[in-house]
Amino acid sequence: MADLANLRLTDDEVERMSAELDQILTHVDALNELDTSAVEPMAQVLFDAPEAATLREDLVRPTLGSEVATANAPLAAAGCFKVPLVIER
Amino acid sequence: MTGAEIADLTIARIRDGLQAREFSAVELAEAALRHAEAENPKTGAYLRFSPERALAAARRVDGRLAQGADPGPLAGVPVAVKDVILTAGLRTTCASKMLANYTPPYDATAIARLEAAGGVIIGKTNCDEFARGSSTENSAFGPVRNPRALDRVPGGSSGGSAAAVAQGTAVVALGSDTGGSIRQPASFCGVVGVTPTYGRVSRYGLVAFASSLDHIGPFGRTVRDAAILLETIAGRDEMDATSVFAPVPNFEAALKGPVRGMKIGLPREYFEGLRVEVGDRVAGAVEVLKSLGCEVRDIAMPHTKYAISTYYIICTAEASANLARYDGVRYTMRSSHSETLTDMYRNTRGEGFGAECKRRIMLGTYVLSSGYYDAYYLKAQKVRALVARDFAEAFREVDAVVTPVSPFPAFKLGEKMDNPLDMYLSDIYTITGSLAGIPCMSVPCGATAAGLPVGMQILTRHFDEAGMFRLAGAFEKAGGFA
Repeated sequence: MADLANLRLTDDEVERMSAELDQILTHVDALNELDTSAVEPMAQVLFDAPEAATLREDLVRPTLGSEVATANAPLAAAGCFKVPLVIER
Repeated sequence: MTGAEIADLTIARIRDGLQAREFSAVELAEAALRHAEAENPKTGAYLRFSPERALAAARRVDGRLAQGADPGPLAGVPVAVKDVILTAGLRTTCASKMLANYTPPYDATAIARLEAAGGVIIGKTNCDEFARGSSTENSAFGPVRNPRALDRVPGGSSGGSAAAVAQGTAVVALGSDTGGSIRQPASFCGVVGVTPTYGRVSRYGLVAFASSLDHIGPFGRTVRDAAILLETIAGRDEMDATSVFAPVPNFEAALKGPVRGMKIGLPREYFEGLRVEVGDRVAGAVEVLKSLGCEVRDIAMPHTKYAISTYYIICTAEASANLARYDGVRYTMRSSHSETLTDMYRNTRGEGFGAECKRRIMLGTYVLSSGYYDAYYLKAQKVRALVARDFAEAFREVDAVVTPVSPFPAFKLGEKMDNPLDMYLSDIYTITGSLAGIPCMSVPCGATAAGLPVGMQILTRHFDEAGMFRLAGAFEKAGGFA
C-alpha cells in the first residue's frame, strides 16, 4: 500500500500504522449495517439552485509565467522543473 | 492603545475610532503587531507575522480616509490567517516540513477580498499539518496552547486562528473547516466560529485537503464580527467552479431580525454520550432560546452514528489524491539522496510528511484501491447521501438544528495523540454538517466548573447563514455568554 501511495515508511511506521489502520477499518465496517442498494452516491454537495452560466468567456489572460511558476521548485532551470534521469539516451 | 484595549476591539469599535480620528490605521496596525508579538510566546498561535504587508494595507486605509473615501467594511481590522490559505509573497507552510519554504505566487480569493475591504493581515497562524487533526498537535512547528487553559489544546485543525482571537491578538481570523476544524477550536477557545454553506466562499488559494468538504470561514469574538468577515469574503468566484452563484445577503443586517417563533430541532442522537457538564451548558442555552420565543422540539437524525466512518473514508480518499502533488518536483522540498525518480518521490514524501498525514494517505489509498473502492469509498458516498437526507428531512419541520459542538471541552496536550480513533471521535457532532454542506457555527454558551469554554452548534438550511446569524446573535445578546 505504501508503494501505491509512493510513501517511504520505516519498519517502525509500518508496524504502528498497520495496527492503527486495522482499528480504524474495523470501526468503519459498521457502515455495512446499512442497506444502501437504493441510494445514489453523493460525490458533491447538492442543493436546489437556479440555472447559472458556469462557463466564462474564452479570453486569453496573463498567466504566472514559467519563471514564477517554477520559483518554488527544489531544482529548476530555464523555466523547467528538473528531475532525476527517467529515460536513458 | 494598551494591550487590554486591543484585546477587546471589535470591527465596529475600529470603524468608530478611525472615523473619529482617535487613531490611524497605521497606528492601530503597529500597536496590534506589538501586542501580538509580545503575547504570542504564551500560546504559539502565530507561525509568523507580516508587518510589511500589514503596514502597507493600513497605509491604504489611511489614504482612503484622508480622501474622504469609504475605507471598506474591514478598514484597519487586524486579521490572522490560517497558514493553509495562500498569501502572495508571504510564506505559507500548511504547518508541514514539506512546505517549510513555500512562498505562494498568488493570493487566495478570500485574502484578496478581505484586503480589498480594508482588512490588515498581521500574521499566519499555526494548525495541524495540512489541516489534518483535531488538536493542532500535528504541526511540524510545535503545538498551540489554549489561551483559556495553557496546559490544554486549542482544538484543531484551525487551533492557531481560534487561539489568536481568544487571546485578543487578532480581532477576527480566517480558518478552514473540513469536518469541524473551525467550530471545534472555536468551542474549545470560547469564540465564535462559522462554517458557511459549501461553495459560499471560494476555495481558490486554499490548499486542498478534501475538496468536496473544504470550507474557508471566519472566527470572531462576537457573532457580528464573524458575520461581517464572512460577508466580505463570500460570493461567486470564477476561479473556483464549485463556488456558488447565490447572492450574498447583508449578514450584519440579518442580526436584527426576530427569532420569536423560530422552530428549533434538538436531534436526540447528539445528546447521548457527551460529558455531563457540556450537556448541561447546552441545555441551559436551549432554555435561553425558549425564553426568546423559539419553539423547541426533539427530532431524530438516525444516520448520525455513521457519520465519522463516512467522513474518514471520504476525507482520507480525497486527501490522498490531493497530497499526491507533493512529490519533490514542484514544491520546495526534495529528498537529497535519491537515485531514481520513484525513489525521489517516495523518500521526499516519507521525509516531508508527519505521522497523521501519512496515516491519512495510507487509509485514503487503501479505500480507493481496486477491490476496495466499492466496499469503502462508494459505500461512504452513499451513506453521505443518507446523512444529508437526515438534515433535509429535519429542515422540513424546523428552521434550525441545535447541538453541542464537541462531546467534551478542551483536552490536555498529549492526551489523545496515541489513539487516532479516539481523536477522530472528538469530531462526532461537527462532521454531519460538513458532509451535508450546510451552514453551521459554534457560539459560546458558557464554561465548565474548571473554566473550560463550551460551544453550542447551530445548523441551518443551505444558504441560510442569515437565519443562523440571527439566532446566534439573539442568543449572544440574551445569554450574555460571549
